[in-house]
Amino acid sequence: MSTPLPINACFIPPLLVGFPLLGAFLLPLAVKVARPLRTALFLFVTAVTSGLALWLAWVVLANGGAPVSYLFGAAKGAALAVPAADGEMPIRILFHIDAASALMLGVTALTSLAAALVAVCSEAGATGKRFFYPLFLLLVGGVYGMCLTGDLFNFFVFLEITSLSGSALAAYRIDRGLAAEAGLKYACVSSLAGLSFLLGTGILLAQHNLLNMAAIAAHFAGAGLTRLDLVALALLVAPLLLKCGAVPMHHWTPDTYSRAPHPVSAFLLVSSQASLYGLFRVVFTIYGGAEGFPARTLGLALLAVAVLSMFIGVTMALLQHDVKRLIAHHAVSQTGYMILGAATCLFVLPGAAQVADFGRDALAGSFFHMMNYALYNGLLFVGAGAVIYRTGRRNLDAMGGLARAMPWTAVCFGVGALAIAGIPPLSGFASKWVLYESSFRLSPFLALVAMVVSLLTLASFVKVFQSMFLGPEKAGFAEVRDVPMPWGVAMVFLAVLTLLIGLFPGVVMDRVLLPAADALLHPSAYCAIFEPGVP
Amino acid sequence: MTTELLTNAPYIAAGVLMLVGLAVIFYRRNLIRMLMGCSLVESAVNLFLVAMGYRHDAAAPIYTNAEAGAKMVLPTVQALTLTAIVIGLATSAMMLAFVIVIHRHYGTLDINEVRRLRE
Repeated sequence: MSTPLPINACFIPPLLVGFPLLGAFLLPLAVKVARPLRTALFLFVTAVTSGLALWLAWVVLANGGAPVSYLFGAAKGAALAVPAADGEMPIRILFHIDAASALMLGVTALTSLAAALVAVCSEAGATGKRFFYPLFLLLVGGVYGMCLTGDLFNFFVFLEITSLSGSALAAYRIDRGLAAEAGLKYACVSSLAGLSFLLGTGILLAQHNLLNMAAIAAHFAGAGLTRLDLVALALLVAPLLLKCGAVPMHHWTPDTYSRAPHPVSAFLLVSSQASLYGLFRVVFTIYGGAEGFPARTLGLALLAVAVLSMFIGVTMALLQHDVKRLIAHHAVSQTGYMILGAATCLFVLPGAAQVADFGRDALAGSFFHMMNYALYNGLLFVGAGAVIYRTGRRNLDAMGGLARAMPWTAVCFGVGALAIAGIPPLSGFASKWVLYESSFRLSPFLALVAMVVSLLTLASFVKVFQSMFLGPEKAGFAEVRDVPMPWGVAMVFLAVLTLLIGLFPGVVMDRVLLPAADALLHPSAYCAIFEPGVP
Repeated sequence: MTTELLTNAPYIAAGVLMLVGLAVIFYRRNLIRMLMGCSLVESAVNLFLVAMGYRHDAAAPIYTNAEAGAKMVLPTVQALTLTAIVIGLATSAMMLAFVIVIHRHYGTLDINEVRRLRE
């Protein structure tokens, strides 16, 4: 059922990785020609890549979510990506894009565009742009790669590219050593996570001689799981949970997000999302269809992770005074919501009736929250970043009355704050509502925790908004102005998207989210590429 | 028995290396030692990968060199290991650079003192 892409769109998948990489290495040359060329090239590459990604996502979704694939080095014939019967080596890498990948491509495209606009302003007065923009493009390319690839080892490579460029960017402004400490922490846990993922991949390769996700899934669906496959599952799931910042392994999250430059914080969220997408891919697509897959055990474990993440994240956030650190703790809590939906679906996976009843909605709710979170939490990071950029202060107690000086920032930050707290008619409300409804059907306790956490989030952001923007103006803010134009454009862009998704959740649900959930729940469509008779 | 032990020796070595690496990461207080632990874990994974592709009595996987019909060791894992080594090198270099920066600003490498972010 692999639909050929329209001829004019079939070149897109490799370009989404190739274009940012090429741009990254062209930037140092561009600056030799003319200095302004660098910013222009940086924005051009990001914008073109985003445009191509949105186009590809649109093509996939317009085809009803039927997977499309791109095989490196051969015109067609996915069979080259797996060992042939005569023992030839699999030397091809397959990019395999279904509705779930298309959703991630869209999120990456929108957020990277906004983050690039902010980066142009926030780094304008600083030195050392020579490496900042290339690293940013590497990060963008790595995240696209994680969303596109259909190969486990290739996923590991892109995971490492994002980890490397992400930690280099997080530590880019050394900040008396604090950022280097955050970067080292992130690099160290990422490197261990990557090695665990590689070990899991190696175990799968050793047993089945396969690296391609769809091929492994097809093999599992036929042959069932061995005990070593379950060891590999643990080795694959744990690092991806670590990389998305879920609770037992969340300690890097507040440090890294809070010390990274503002646009990088906003985009690192998306790289964490890509890890979460990888987790869903492994759990649902690769293992989900197999005989003997311990869906209930894993679902229960993930439910525990979700509840703990939601609760611990928000509780820690209530104690913070540094505004970016506070938002970073909320990021942990929001990750809990995303895992909640998927874990609910996973728990009922053995029962087809329950999946149709509410499991599918729960998984779609997870995707909905991922999409919304990338937009509104990115908005909160660049909004808070705008205030830090203009005032030079990070401590909430030292701010106040900034709404008069920075009206645009105040309005946009307000939209983000209401969205994260789940206030209608913003996007956060819509996705949280889907998650409440579906998790309630599994256990009212889950929905209750989610609602209480949402209330605490609201309380926390009322405090943040009040102490940043309302109240009497603090001394020393006479010179403060609103942010530069592109930065404002990026904030308005994210705020409008948050509002639009909140106003039309039904459209997004039917066109994007349910196809994405179905793509994960019915791996047979994803694996169809390796069925006999398909070229 | 001896043959079995010998066949499994690389895997045992990889396991031991990994445990040593993890122990160094969790029990050593010095940042450089911690990074050494990371490298040990990386070597363990690489050793595991290469050992996995090895076949007794098999030739190197170079088509032009091997006799026709000869058994070859699995080249896929060797390609994976090469990639993993390159990535590991980049990671180690970057983490060491961070350590240098931290030492310059904090004047210490003790992880009990390198935790100003928490405060």
